[in-house]
Amino acid sequence: MKLHFSRKMLCIPYAVFLVFFVIIPMLVILFYAFTDKELHLSFSNFIRFFSDPTKLSTIVYSLVIALITTVACLLIAYPVAYILARSKIKKKYVIVLLFVTPMWINFVLRVNAIRELFNLLSAQRGMEWLAGSNYFKTVFGMVYDFLPFMVLPLYTTLLKIDQSLYEASADLGAGAFTTFTRVTIPLSMPGIMSGVTMVFLPSMTNYVVSDMLGNAKVTIVGKFIYEYFGTDWHMGSMVALVLLVVVFLSTWLSGGFKAEDTVRGANL
Amino acid sequence: MNKKTLAVKCLKAAFVGLVLLVLYTPILLLAVYSFDKTDMIGRFEGFSLRHYAALFADAKVLGMIGKTFLLAFVAATLSTVLGTAGALGMFYCKKRVRTAIHGVSQIPIINAEIVTALALAILFVVIGVGKSYFTLVIGHMVICTPFVVLSVMPKLKQMDNSLYEAALDLGASPMKALFRVVLPQIIPGVISGFMLAVTLSLDDYIVTVYTRPAGFETISTYVYNATMKGNAHTAQTLSSFWALTTIIFLVIVLFVVLSNLSGIRRKEARK
Repeated sequence: MKLHFSRKMLCIPYAVFLVFFVIIPMLVILFYAFTDKELHLSFSNFIRFFSDPTKLSTIVYSLVIALITTVACLLIAYPVAYILARSKIKKKYVIVLLFVTPMWINFVLRVNAIRELFNLLSAQRGMEWLAGSNYFKTVFGMVYDFLPFMVLPLYTTLLKIDQSLYEASADLGAGAFTTFTRVTIPLSMPGIMSGVTMVFLPSMTNYVVSDMLGNAKVTIVGKFIYEYFGTDWHMGSMVALVLLVVVFLSTWLSGGFKAEDTVRGANL
Repeated sequence: MNKKTLAVKCLKAAFVGLVLLVLYTPILLLAVYSFDKTDMIGRFEGFSLRHYAALFADAKVLGMIGKTFLLAFVAATLSTVLGTAGALGMFYCKKRVRTAIHGVSQIPIINAEIVTALALAILFVVIGVGKSYFTLVIGHMVICTPFVVLSVMPKLKQMDNSLYEAALDLGASPMKALFRVVLPQIIPGVISGFMLAVTLSLDDYIVTVYTRPAGFETISTYVYNATMKGNAHTAQTLSSFWALTTIIFLVIVLFVVLSNLSGIRRKEARK
């Protein structure tokens, strides 16, 4: 039998790739999370995880760091995106590009640059407090590194809002504030959701920032998994699984995820 | 224009400008002090290229940089081929199949990188594949390929489908029609997918750490280790990173400017 070429077949290699390197690894994690060292079914990891106060407090710390980072990013990125999206100047995409460009420098080199800046600042008179403020430096570094992830989706959704809707709102007697809360924010919700997802998760898990800026004194969930990888896969898998569930829940709750927004301005 | 709107305008510009200033301060700081004589940031002692000289004299660092770029090129090329073919296939599949593949394809994008990395690392141990260049490339492909699919998909949706039919009617084989008619229409998406894959691979730290063979260093892992475990490295190593950051930054700026200029020229040519 001769196999005829069909365009549909082109997706077979990718589908196989996804099964082997995305689906099966997730199943492996699931398996390890619910087994003990003899590979018997066990909930001990689950119980150990949720009954250890030091683990739980690390998770709470990590959540707080991620929350502060996300809110700070939103508070900075929203005005920036709003101003740029509604600005009438020509070539405003150049300014948007300025926000994206630092993202193309190697991530670790960028964190290193902030590290050097902090080293310089904390050597100044009156700034000595900075040297020991590991949490502040970590959060600053995360806001710095993940800000473009927030600016881009917000900018693209705000740009899509029809100008006449603002005019209609004003014509119907709404003030600037009402228009903002009743028109702008609801219509930019998809962008807010994408941005929040893209900032929140890395700031809970990207331990490069917390290690390099927090003098390795700030432990976030990602570092947890790293530490367990050397000692206890079962526990590591359990932490990873919890993260995975959080990701799926938040994606589901936010009504799907606009993956297009994540392409780092490549389609700008 | 009255005074109030002018003030508001200035305020807006000042805000955007301030955020940009903070965003560029660390990079510009390194760029300035990369030309300084000393290893200290804070006081400019005199112009010198010694950090650049040190960077280019260190064979280990140069080799590491070369390996990083080679890895990015290999992973991005494979991801682009796999992802473009995947996107094409998905586009012509039934909606159910397309939604399923697309859904799985989004997992590495939304998932925490550490979870992807851990899962892959455990998988490789379970199936008994030792960590090698192969596992490293697979790791990078897992994080890059979904992004290639994402940047190719919109171009497929914009494509004029009747051209493919016309090519078949005119006697082209499906393969030929695909390469000569479909591919040229989606090539901008393929190129931006490739570029995206390159930057993702160059940037990666976490997946690299979990899938690399022993002793393999990329820029990310090398810089991380040098700053975290400073004992084995001198101040010279750290300050040669300033030079490296500056070079990468300049290359990116050059690239952005050039691609914009050519973009403007293309737009004008279309007029």
